[in-house]
Amino acid sequence: MDLRNTWDKWPDANGRFGEFGGRYVAETLMPLILDLEKEYRAAKLDPAFKAQIDDMWAHYVGRPSPLYFAERLTEHFGGAKIYFKRDELNHTGAHKINNCLGQVLLAMRMGKTRIIAETGAGQHGVATATICARFGLKCVVFMGETDVERQKPNVFRMRLLGAEIVPVSSGTGTLKDAMNEALRDWVTNVDDTFYCIGTAAGPHPYPEMVRDFQSIIGIEARQQILEREGRLPDAVMACIGGGSNAIGLFHPFIDDEGVRLIGVEAAGHGIETGEHAAALNGGKPGILHGNRTYLLQTDDGQIVDAHSISAGLDYPGIGPEHAFLRDTGRAEYLSCTDDEALAAFQLCTQLEGIIPALEPAHAIARLGDVLDTMDKDGLLIMNLCGRGDKDVFSVAKALGFEI
Amino acid sequence: MPTSRITARFDKVKAEKRAALVAYLMAGDPDLEASFASMQALRDNGADIIEIGAPFTDPMADGPSIQRAGLRALANHTKLIDVIGLVARFRETDQDTPVILMGYANPVHSLGYASFAEAAHAAGIDGTILVDLPPEEDAELRAEYARHDLSVIRLATPTTHEARMAKVADGASGFVYFVAVNGVTGAGSADPESIAGNVEMVRRVSGLPVCVGFGVKNGAQAAEMAKIADGVVVGSAFVEHAQSAHESGDYSKAPRGMGALAGELSAAIAAVVKA
Repeated sequence: MDLRNTWDKWPDANGRFGEFGGRYVAETLMPLILDLEKEYRAAKLDPAFKAQIDDMWAHYVGRPSPLYFAERLTEHFGGAKIYFKRDELNHTGAHKINNCLGQVLLAMRMGKTRIIAETGAGQHGVATATICARFGLKCVVFMGETDVERQKPNVFRMRLLGAEIVPVSSGTGTLKDAMNEALRDWVTNVDDTFYCIGTAAGPHPYPEMVRDFQSIIGIEARQQILEREGRLPDAVMACIGGGSNAIGLFHPFIDDEGVRLIGVEAAGHGIETGEHAAALNGGKPGILHGNRTYLLQTDDGQIVDAHSISAGLDYPGIGPEHAFLRDTGRAEYLSCTDDEALAAFQLCTQLEGIIPALEPAHAIARLGDVLDTMDKDGLLIMNLCGRGDKDVFSVAKALGFEI
Repeated sequence: MPTSRITARFDKVKAEKRAALVAYLMAGDPDLEASFASMQALRDNGADIIEIGAPFTDPMADGPSIQRAGLRALANHTKLIDVIGLVARFRETDQDTPVILMGYANPVHSLGYASFAEAAHAAGIDGTILVDLPPEEDAELRAEYARHDLSVIRLATPTTHEARMAKVADGASGFVYFVAVNGVTGAGSADPESIAGNVEMVRRVSGLPVCVGFGVKNGAQAAEMAKIADGVVVGSAFVEHAQSAHESGDYSKAPRGMGALAGELSAAIAAVVKA
């Protein structure tokens, strides 16, 4: 299949990216997601909606985020030039707010007054709570009780912002269970509630909508590298949990044949141990949370808990467009263990004076391998999608420090 | 002919001028042996149709009772093939009571739609309700079901407006399961009067019997629902007997408790004479 000039047709009218995606939801939610799709189509064409987002991006979020030449890391590896797209400098410290802003403004257009969200690391929850505070909307965040425990600073932030936190103990008390509980809330409160999904997954139109809102990352990066270097990069790279920051970076480059798209999944203790979060490298296609995609599952189709040191990557699925990008061969997907991510976290901090979140530390950890496959005069852009303030406690613990 | 087993049962119930009792239990909760005894007890005490739950790790449409039932079944390593085997065993001595498998799409998808349809038919399963497989996504499954005369039983809800109902009815067979409340299983109960119009619309558009469930726990509620519905579905209240069997360690409590509840519900439903 010739992917160039054809990508715009995905997702198709049924919300599918090839054989992935779709709308696998209970009947109670079907009329709601069909309505959401219609409202999103209308908003997308409305210049006033776009102007409202652009204004907030410029003056509230702080966009465009810089494209930074990571000189000392480049020297360290001695290969192609490494650029960081600095989405960790956004208000609230990660790329998540790009999407929350778009979804909450859409919710307001639709007359919804109550926003619900799931969160793992807490970044999406904080971003959602922030936008809800800004617009005076009620915000309820579902969070696995395991994550409530390991992400205390973000839990407190969300409470300060006025959000109600619902610790989820059902199932195994992690991100996937938080998502189940958010879906249960949504089927119960269909009239006033908007579900703000944090990653490029879920039933159609969420994967498309989240991708579109996050594509500002790649749109800016493409323009910035053309200004800085006068040409496109040879590779763009990002970490992947559900895959929203990666699809946001990748999508504007999909038609640029010469640009490699490289995602890095969380291998946890190692894919061979079974304790990981690498759905593409260690899962198989299945149906969960509204979409057909790669999932960590048993031979009997039961979902297996993911494991990663990074709560933001700790999810047993992956956005359906990544599943499609992988199967078509357009993107490459690598993986990185907890230990490798911890080492990369320290390396970046020491050489660049930037404390990255553990999530992008997974991508940093694979830089050396990727640069080995590139020419020395090559260009690579990596999305530094979040800052590491939230992770200092868990990193200290992993390194054996008490703080 | 499995589909005609469902049709035959509704014909019988209609001839008796009453609504049907549809009883749900989770396979493998507290264990498969107790589930087998419970299916017989339900049948012997007036359940007209049995819905057998297949456990799933992520039951996003279920409330706490059925979530816990699923976790207990999974802790017992209950697999989809075990659920199919349970129905096959029930069929050895019962050729008439329709059995519907209820669960989520992924275990069926994992087994493969063709393999599942073949095995389900061979075991004597009459149809399925897969909660997260709406009409938009079940064409592939329906093609396999058509080869084995299995029913696709669809869900309709208070959010299903009349225009959408045409889509829901297209390809549906057996009966339509009307979910009385927006919410999860075992949650608050609906006022039958407030949904009577919806049920009538679903019956008219689909041309199928309509069974109403969610939130029905006792005879009085079942009788009220029987006035507007062709069948009354009860789930969480049965499952709670499996929970107490599990907690007490006396697994015979499951068939005893479920049988007694089925007796109460079927008597209450039968007391409502239908035209």
